Amino acid sequence: MYAFNYHKPKSLADAQALVAKFPDGKILAGGHTLIPTLKQRLAQPTDLIDIGGLAELKGITVSGSTVSIGAGTKHGEVADSADVKKAIPALAALAALIGDRQVRNKGTMGGSLANNDPAADYPGAILGLGATVHTTKRAIKADDFLKGMFETALDEGEIITKVEFPVPKRAAYEKFRNPASRYVMVGAFVAETASGIRVAITGAGPTAYRWADAEKALGAKFAVASVEKLVHTSNGLNADIHASAEYRAHLITVMTKRAVAGAGG
Amino acid sequence: MATVSMTVNGNKVSRDVEPRTLLVQYIREHLELTGTHVGCDTSQCGACVVHVDGQSVKSCTILAAQAEGSQVTTIEGLAKDGKLHPMQEAFREHHALQCGFCTPGMIMSAIDLVEKNPKLTEEDIRHGLEGNLCRCTGYHNIVKAIAAAAKTMGG
Repeated sequence: MYAFNYHKPKSLADAQALVAKFPDGKILAGGHTLIPTLKQRLAQPTDLIDIGGLAELKGITVSGSTVSIGAGTKHGEVADSADVKKAIPALAALAALIGDRQVRNKGTMGGSLANNDPAADYPGAILGLGATVHTTKRAIKADDFLKGMFETALDEGEIITKVEFPVPKRAAYEKFRNPASRYVMVGAFVAETASGIRVAITGAGPTAYRWADAEKALGAKFAVASVEKLVHTSNGLNADIHASAEYRAHLITVMTKRAVAGAGG
Repeated sequence: MATVSMTVNGNKVSRDVEPRTLLVQYIREHLELTGTHVGCDTSQCGACVVHVDGQSVKSCTILAAQAEGSQVTTIEGLAKDGKLHPMQEAFREHHALQCGFCTPGMIMSAIDLVEKNPKLTEEDIRHGLEGNLCRCTGYHNIVKAIAAAAKTMGG
C-alpha cells in the first residue's frame, strides 16, 4: 500500500467536511474492496475517511411496506436480520450469499453499492426490488443509480446514507457463483412488486440491468414456462477467463427460471 | 505515525504505527503474536482470521486503525490456565490438522460459527467454513472436530 492519512470522523457531518477537505481522499466503509485495491497499489488516495463506525449509518427498520437499511449495515447483519427475513426473505438470502462469513462481517451495503462492481449482488437487489438509494444530498431511484461498470450516479463526495426497499408481493434471487471467488457470474433477481414484475440481471453485463423481455413474459403469466424459451443475446455481456459472453447469456435464462420457481411461479 | 490502541487477548496494547498498517501486521509484527498467519493476503484463505468485538474477520483486510478501541482475540488468547479451548482440544483429538498452517484461522472461524449457532448441522459447518482454505486435510476431520466441539461448548 502507498502511504495515506487516516481519519475517523465522529459524525456524518464531520465525514462530509473531511471529504470536502481532501479531494484526493477516499471513503472507507467496510474496506473489503478498497483495502485489497490499495494493497495492489491500484489506487493512491491521500487520505482515508473511515465511516465504518458511524452510528447514523447503521440499522434496519421496517415500517409498513418499506424496509430501510442503513448504508453502514454489514452483509451479515442483513442476512441474519429477523425483520429482513420476514419482510423480504429474498434480500436476506442474497446477503447470505455474498463472499464468506468473515467478509460478511465487515462489508457494507453502502460500500457495495457505491463501488458497483459488475460482479456484486446488491446492485441486482436494488434494481430488482425498485429500491431508493438515499444520500447526503438526495434520493436516487435504483433505475437511475447504476450507470456502468464501477460507475454510479453519486457525485464526488456524496455519501450513501440508507437504502429503502419496498416490500414485494414475492421475490427470489438466484446466483451462479464463481466457485473460487464466490462473486456472481450471473445472478437473477425476480420480483412481483406493486408496480409490476421486475427482473434484474447482475454479473452478466458491465452493470446490473433489467431484462425487459422476461418482465413482459412474466407480466403475462408469472410462471417458469413463460421464461424458459426466452433467449438472451450475448451482445454486450462480459467475457473473461471464467465465462464467455455466450455462456453468461445461457445462464441468464437458467438463473431467471430458477428465480421464478423460487418465488413460487 | 499514529497511535493505535486496542485490547488483545485481554491485554491493553498501544503502538505507534503507520496508518497503512494492517491489523495482521499489527498483531504479528508489532505485538509479536505470530500465531495468526498470512496465507493468500487477498481475503480468500482465512489463515488470518481473528475475532474483533466478537466477530470473526480477516485481519489481512482490515487496517489496524479500524480496530482502534476494539476487543481482539487471537489464537494465543484461547487457552486458559494452560488448558486448551474446547475447539483446540477437538482439533487435536480428531486429527483436524496436518501441516497446521490454516489451523489458527480455522479454529477462530469455527468458534465464531459455533457461538452464533450452537446447534449447527454438518451442512452448516461445511458452508460456514467457506472463508477458510485447508490444502492438507480434505476438511473431513475439521468438520468432525467442530461438530464435537459444538457439543462440548454446550450446544
